[in-house]
Amino acid sequence: MALLKVAGLTKRFGGLVAVKEIGFSIAPGEILGLIGPNGSGKSTVMKCIMGIERPNAGSVEIDGIDVAGWPTHKIARQGVGIVFQHSRPLQRQTVLEHIKLALLPDNLLMLFTDHAVMRRAEEIAARVGLDRVMHRLPRTLPFAHLRRLELAKAIARNPKVVLVDEPFAGLTAGEVADFSNLIGSFRAEGHAVLLVDHNVKGVAALVDRVFAMYLGERVAEGTADEVMRNETVRAVYLGGKIETAARPERKGKGRTPLLEVRNAGVLYGKATALDDVSIHVGEGEFVSVVGLNGAGKTTLFNAISGLVPYSGAISWRGESLAGRTAGSIARGGIVQCPESRELFGDMTVRENLDLGGQHLEVAEAAKQLDWLFGLFPILQSRQGQNARTLSGGEQQMLAIARALMMKPKLLILDEPTLGLAPVILEQLSKALETLRQTTDITVLLGEQNVTFALPHADRVYVLEHSRIVWEGDPGRFAEEAGTGYL
Amino acid sequence: MLQSRSLRFALPVLLAMALLPLGVGGYILGLLTIGCYYAVFAMSWDLLFGFAGEVNFGPTFLIGVGAYTAALLNHYWLWPIPACLAVGSLAAVIGGLVLAVPALRLTGPYFGLVTLVAVLMLQNLLVLFAGITGGEIGLDLPDVLSIDETTNYYYAFGFMTVTGAILFGLSRSPVGLILQASGQDAVEAAALGFNVTKHKIAAFCISAFFSGLAGGMLVFYFSTASVGTVVDIAVGVNVIIAAVLGGRRTIIGAAVGAIFLVAAGELLRPIGQLATFVVSAFALVVILFFPGGFLGRLLQDGGRE
Repeated sequence: MALLKVAGLTKRFGGLVAVKEIGFSIAPGEILGLIGPNGSGKSTVMKCIMGIERPNAGSVEIDGIDVAGWPTHKIARQGVGIVFQHSRPLQRQTVLEHIKLALLPDNLLMLFTDHAVMRRAEEIAARVGLDRVMHRLPRTLPFAHLRRLELAKAIARNPKVVLVDEPFAGLTAGEVADFSNLIGSFRAEGHAVLLVDHNVKGVAALVDRVFAMYLGERVAEGTADEVMRNETVRAVYLGGKIETAARPERKGKGRTPLLEVRNAGVLYGKATALDDVSIHVGEGEFVSVVGLNGAGKTTLFNAISGLVPYSGAISWRGESLAGRTAGSIARGGIVQCPESRELFGDMTVRENLDLGGQHLEVAEAAKQLDWLFGLFPILQSRQGQNARTLSGGEQQMLAIARALMMKPKLLILDEPTLGLAPVILEQLSKALETLRQTTDITVLLGEQNVTFALPHADRVYVLEHSRIVWEGDPGRFAEEAGTGYL
Repeated sequence: MLQSRSLRFALPVLLAMALLPLGVGGYILGLLTIGCYYAVFAMSWDLLFGFAGEVNFGPTFLIGVGAYTAALLNHYWLWPIPACLAVGSLAAVIGGLVLAVPALRLTGPYFGLVTLVAVLMLQNLLVLFAGITGGEIGLDLPDVLSIDETTNYYYAFGFMTVTGAILFGLSRSPVGLILQASGQDAVEAAALGFNVTKHKIAAFCISAFFSGLAGGMLVFYFSTASVGTVVDIAVGVNVIIAAVLGGRRTIIGAAVGAIFLVAAGELLRPIGQLATFVVSAFALVVILFFPGGFLGRLLQDGGRE
């Protein structure tokens, strides 16, 4: 009998149907991959199972008991555990205490800790590979360890059903292998596992079956191979390929220096985040800085925007930026569109855009807005919607559009593709290409996704472990710097 | 580790305070007596803010309900002090529940606003029904805890020590851990199977109990209950400043902050009205530049890295 059985699950947010009559079941010792591009409703399904959102209709049976609409803590006690993608650990408790927390019963009279609980917590720490850091505070640990901690908490509850949100996001290849083994051990112990991710490829090796969603509906179900071969899935997911576009040559392009960073260094406490980095961007150029998570891209951009103190020199149109505030640098024409997007969630799409166009004349702002709606048509239809309710891809488009409302001379885009599905990538890529072909804007793009960063770039820098290790033409990237990256 | 650090700090201070009546006069003891009651107010507040993550802008609602219930029972029905205190703290818990149960359903700054409005309502009621409550002039009580300064000091000191031990122990216990998790990320705590609302309400009740009891003892120390000493918003603001000044999420820090505030206010009395300004300005500087408070550095950093 299935440990988790979802039937007819429907969730509406106002008029938007986020999840429409979704049904699947997971047997003991089975791993199901729930996949779908951003905005497909997969996260909402997960939240409905956990009780974080209340479904409007349908049932969620845990080992035969319908828990749909129950509060989260009761569903958790019924045997559902979740591994969140983003963890916010307690700052003053050690790793071991976090695991201990997950082992505690929901009891107001628990005043002393059982020794057996502490021993169990230590065992779990060892199982997920945290035994050497179990007395450390979370803020001193790298990202992968925090993900392990989340996994440890799920193991501690010993749930019948384990939900894992984007299991491999932000992990290196070696860590992915470790995590696969840990998740695989849930299967070996007879738990039912639901992996939520946005592409099949990432979870294909681990899952027994895949359930694919798009726009709130089921599009396919079967083995990873079957789903990957499915016509609808291919159309939804893979769409058209991102191709290298021809670059229109402009007179004087890249000649007039706009931005020059010389020997920039940034320290976070004792850690070097940026080490002797020099780059330059000419007027009208599209420059990509590629590098993995943690290579120092965001730090470099923050130094340019005046958000972190740095050593070395940064000049803008020949004048030093030293001593200028972030606000003054932005007014000077350098607008950063940060990785975290920083939208005003409770304001509408239109209000977010109007804020970006604050300093423009009314007529000019209207013109700019029209042009942006041409660039991102979806935003026009979502004008009255709160930014928080947009899907990840739409939010990214809004963030870029808001930055463009400020009519920047230099647009800095930090990881615009973070967490986006291929179909959204393609839309974004087209918009960037249009931007590049039809305006004389200068762009500095930071990316981890090389296939996205290369096609538009006039010039590429590779940032690795806080240093620039390569600079050159995107055409030469594959043979000279691409090994181990593509 | 953290525990022993706190104890190493607290034990010598407590010992010194216990021996104090041997060396100092009634004036200083009287001051410290008030300081000890304020310390309980501040520690109770820290349990809610520092651990449950809920900002209670109206600590004097709980204090005032406890104090006035005890005072009215003594004034009109001549109940003995212990009975007045017991019913007073119970009333504070009930009052707190009436407030917290609906208010905790709200998220964001609304809980704080509800608590703020509650104090204003209580203050208004007390003034409106001045015929019964004594209004702004205050209500004289037939009974007093003691007329001896040393005895009064030991009552307050003992009460503070016991309350501090209970609240500190609670904050370091598994229940305190669950409470902190609930305060920091309610969704994640619920996903671990904890009934977040239940834990927060329990914390609110405990906070209300000790606030109400301390309020009751304070009016029996003065032998008079007045809006200005146990209900006024300014008293609540002082409690909050004391807790933040001493160090959020430390419990002990709140007590240190409270005694400091009372002592500083008194030491600066010669400069008159300016005293309040100087103390406030000092508090502002500490909060702006050392948000961890007095004990923030001492108790939080190091040790476990």
